[in-house]
Amino acid sequence: MMATPRKVACVEIGGIPIALSTCDEDFLDLLRRRYDGFLSSSRPEFELEFDVTSTGSVSDDDVRVRRNNDDDAWLMERGDFHARWDPRTGRGSVRQNANPYSLDSVLRILHSLILAERGGFLLHAASAICDGRAFLFSGVSGAGKTTMTRLAPPDITLLTDEISYLRPNADGYSAFGTPFAGELARAGENCTAPVSALFFLEQGPENRIEEVSSAETVRQLMRNILFFAEDRGLVEKLLATACDFVARVPVRRLTFYPDTRVWDEIRNFARDFQEVPEHA
Amino acid sequence: MPENRIYIARSSAIAARALAGEMMVMNSANSTFFTLNEVATTIFQAADGHTPLREIVLARICEQFDVDPEQAQADAEQFVAELSSHGILFVSNQPLASETP
Repeated sequence: MMATPRKVACVEIGGIPIALSTCDEDFLDLLRRRYDGFLSSSRPEFELEFDVTSTGSVSDDDVRVRRNNDDDAWLMERGDFHARWDPRTGRGSVRQNANPYSLDSVLRILHSLILAERGGFLLHAASAICDGRAFLFSGVSGAGKTTMTRLAPPDITLLTDEISYLRPNADGYSAFGTPFAGELARAGENCTAPVSALFFLEQGPENRIEEVSSAETVRQLMRNILFFAEDRGLVEKLLATACDFVARVPVRRLTFYPDTRVWDEIRNFARDFQEVPEHA
Repeated sequence: MPENRIYIARSSAIAARALAGEMMVMNSANSTFFTLNEVATTIFQAADGHTPLREIVLARICEQFDVDPEQAQADAEQFVAELSSHGILFVSNQPLASETP
């Protein structure tokens, strides 16, 4: 019996190219449409083989991510997918139905594992580039992430309205666009910029930017970081990363009234902050 | 449990890091996150499994923070019970391994 040839789409998010392969033409189509704008011709760093099944539907069950006792590979399981990824070989396999939401979930988990090892993380936050710098807007559902992106002036580049992708650089952190969309149902732009500030969002009667203590910042950051693995080593790294982020990136609480003037406030903050010598 | 026979040990499932004078502790098993103040941090750091809580309170807490020993002991027991309920600390009337699964 001849094996069915696998077709490959290389998807590069956050500067990390991953080859996604499948024997299923329709699923390949779905992959290409879903990650249009993030398809890459770069040499893949990692590989995931997809086996499309007809069973299982998108699940609200909690995802379980754990190391396999036998070989230290990561096992990722939810009602709608079962995946295995070996960080030593960089290869993995996924069994799921042809659902884009399951696909997104698997990719988010994989990136969260890769990023944790590299000092980065995925944050439940909208992000956008304004005047060459990235701004992050984090908060629980309903706090205003999508509202902030809807209010953005035309010269703002949207990186995501839902899941921000952050990696350390020489001077701080960089934010990358992601295809993981929230209420806007629109993928972010595939570009990157150094992070200027992170704002924790609250809606209120007026625009106000306030300081937040370092400990409170780490607490809120840890609440909003997407991380699934029950693994002490990775949690230690993540906590260290959160502390490093807080030490290197200005973090504030942004209470905002939902109209376009909030973006003037953000531009003013960025300008004023850059003018303060100790933060320059 | 007699108060001078309480032994406490940190869970091996936690990650901890000091920042700006406070200790941040996260349980990797359930992602619960705590910020400890200076007194709580002192107890947490002294939780080696073989030093009785009473000794930690007298030698560290009362010494460093100039507090009444009985009040300090009561506060420490309350704190230990809370962290124990979240799987951050283990409590026993026998000495424990320094980090307990």
